[in-house]
Amino acid sequence: MTVTEKTTQRYQGKRHRLNKPELLAPAGNLEKLKFAVHYGADAVYIGGQKYGLRSNADNFSFEEMKEGVEFANRYGAKVFVATNIYAHNEDIEGLEDYLRSLEEAGISAIIAADPVIIETAQRAAPKLEVHLSTQQSTLNWQAVQFWKEEGLPRVVLARETSFKDIAEIKKHVDIEIEAFIHGAMCSSFSGRCVLSNHFTDRDSNRGGCSQSCRWKYDLFVDDMPLYPEDEDKFTMGSKDLCMIEYLPELIEVGVDSFKIEGRMKSIHYVATVVNVYRQAIDSYFENPADFVVKPEWIEEINKAANRPLNTGFFLDTPGPEDHIYEPEEKAAPYDFAGVVLDYDAGTGFATVQQRNHFKLGQEVEFVGPQGTLFKQTVTEITDADGQAIDAARHPLQQIRIRTLKPVYPMDMMRKKTGKK
Amino acid sequence: MSYKPELLTTAASLNELERLIAAGADAFVIGEARYGMRLPGEFPIDQIAEAVRIANPTGVKIYAAVNNLMDNEAVESLQAYMAALAETGVDAIVFGDPAVLMAARVHAPGIALHWNAEMTSTNYVTADYWGRRGASRFVLARELNMEQIVETAASTALELQVQVHGMTNIYHSKRSLVNSYMEHQQETDRLDRRDKDRGLYVMEAERKDERYPIFEDANGTHIMSSDDICMIENLHELMDAGVASLKVEGIMKSIDYNEIVIRAYRQAIDAYIADPQGYTFQEEWLDRIREAQDPNRELSYGFFYKEQVY
Repeated sequence: MTVTEKTTQRYQGKRHRLNKPELLAPAGNLEKLKFAVHYGADAVYIGGQKYGLRSNADNFSFEEMKEGVEFANRYGAKVFVATNIYAHNEDIEGLEDYLRSLEEAGISAIIAADPVIIETAQRAAPKLEVHLSTQQSTLNWQAVQFWKEEGLPRVVLARETSFKDIAEIKKHVDIEIEAFIHGAMCSSFSGRCVLSNHFTDRDSNRGGCSQSCRWKYDLFVDDMPLYPEDEDKFTMGSKDLCMIEYLPELIEVGVDSFKIEGRMKSIHYVATVVNVYRQAIDSYFENPADFVVKPEWIEEINKAANRPLNTGFFLDTPGPEDHIYEPEEKAAPYDFAGVVLDYDAGTGFATVQQRNHFKLGQEVEFVGPQGTLFKQTVTEITDADGQAIDAARHPLQQIRIRTLKPVYPMDMMRKKTGKK
Repeated sequence: MSYKPELLTTAASLNELERLIAAGADAFVIGEARYGMRLPGEFPIDQIAEAVRIANPTGVKIYAAVNNLMDNEAVESLQAYMAALAETGVDAIVFGDPAVLMAARVHAPGIALHWNAEMTSTNYVTADYWGRRGASRFVLARELNMEQIVETAASTALELQVQVHGMTNIYHSKRSLVNSYMEHQQETDRLDRRDKDRGLYVMEAERKDERYPIFEDANGTHIMSSDDICMIENLHELMDAGVASLKVEGIMKSIDYNEIVIRAYRQAIDAYIADPQGYTFQEEWLDRIREAQDPNRELSYGFFYKEQVY
């Protein structure tokens, strides 16, 4: 059987090109998965106990995966698992069983870079789709063609590809293309960095990355510092990617899956970013000709942003403005403060699980899927027993708060920070 | 079948190549920056052909470095380049992007292929995977330890290549990071050039005795290890395991240094071939390397005997 036959057979009847691009979100744990899906992700990617590149994340047990898949399926969403390490010999034992367990748990696809994982999945767990990870740093159509012939229905491109590169790849190869559109980036070619191995004896390509590219360094020439010690230091650290303003271009160039980075990020981050891209994608497809990027989307994105944002390699090669040499202020003065668990229309009180300190008199806002949003001042808080309190001080404490408008479970509450 | 490990190295020019052949090198990886990564010097296609003419009659092999991460533009000319390489009579093509494999199948059939993706070649199943797709050699990541190397050698059908001496790349970005930094500082005239011979290095506040060379070229920014691997003391462990090719990386070293290193490894390998059982390491081989070594760069075992966590 030739490779091409294998491809056709395995993926016959399935989409080769999605009509509406998929919004693919990270989910570091079950709660984050639920928020990502609830806020509009078409698919989420998670890590299991092994073979993933975020060994510090919570990561899912098979039981949690099953629960996640069940939850996602209710929304028509899929769950992918990142198995994107470069495996060493000792990682091979148990791989087959692991992949079969993913298949049994109802996982739709794995994201893999190392041929040992790709090949083992194709043989041992054929119902799992294999998506080529960005860790393979795939930049050209010929390599994409190679992976297609190997039976992979989707390639996640290198973060170094531009719009022009993607167009060229799409022109040559009929395959699903996934691209990172939002979040933190390796400043190196993915997989081509072992700074952690050298600085901290942690294996970056097996999930041990210690983010050494974001450290500060002195740059020397002829044994002398290039710039005085008190000036901004050298770093490789990149700003974070944000492509919201180029959504039509991403759709029109034919990116099939829009990927948000951040399995280590909070539920607030994931829900906020997903919420914005969900609205933007839907708005584009309602009426492409009149599509505009709404200012409130940018505002929302900034409320979740951890670092300054840029457009990566999509338009051109990053320059000085795309790296972080000095501390910058948070773009939006809001912090995540709570999650709505319930709402009582009779009393006008919401039950909120505290996620950060907030108090009477403070300005807060409630946000839910599809961009519903309103601001109010905190006028009344009670504890679970109905006793009035002046502040929500205890992590994860359940309190009740009077809200200006009805709210729904999984809506989020933010508080205004800074002055005031 | 008698085991004769190959002593592989690099060269910055035809002149260096001749000197290193005389010093005892068995094979060379050469090429040009447009297709090959982190090469000590540029060998345009006519010089690759010349290198083959010089090397082959003496039994020395020439491998062409085509191990860049290729972009669409490079792919355009890749087919013609592969065909031209085939004409030079090179003994193998070194690659790290599947696009090269696709081009080689059509335009350079019959030429041996060496899979070298540097940091990401880490297990024997993946070795065999590339083997079934046409590679005859698997170049192991420098981040593996001795046990993993020995196990891989015993488990794969492919020849293995292991770096035994010199610098390694530890970070590769497509960005021009030194230039970006200088533009940020608004003083770009501090440096006339940012290439590998400019002597630039970075240092981290808590690791003041470690100098990590950094340079830019057409392929982006590269950061190199602060130490030089030196496995001459324990070379027999790799030879006992049957590792086919032992590589001395010559990048960012003088020809005089590389000559000394190649001579030392030549002696060790010859002694081993002559009598594997009776082989003993001679301290004087290492002493000669020590004398030539830059005092700011430690000679180390790299990751050969190190435990890494993740």
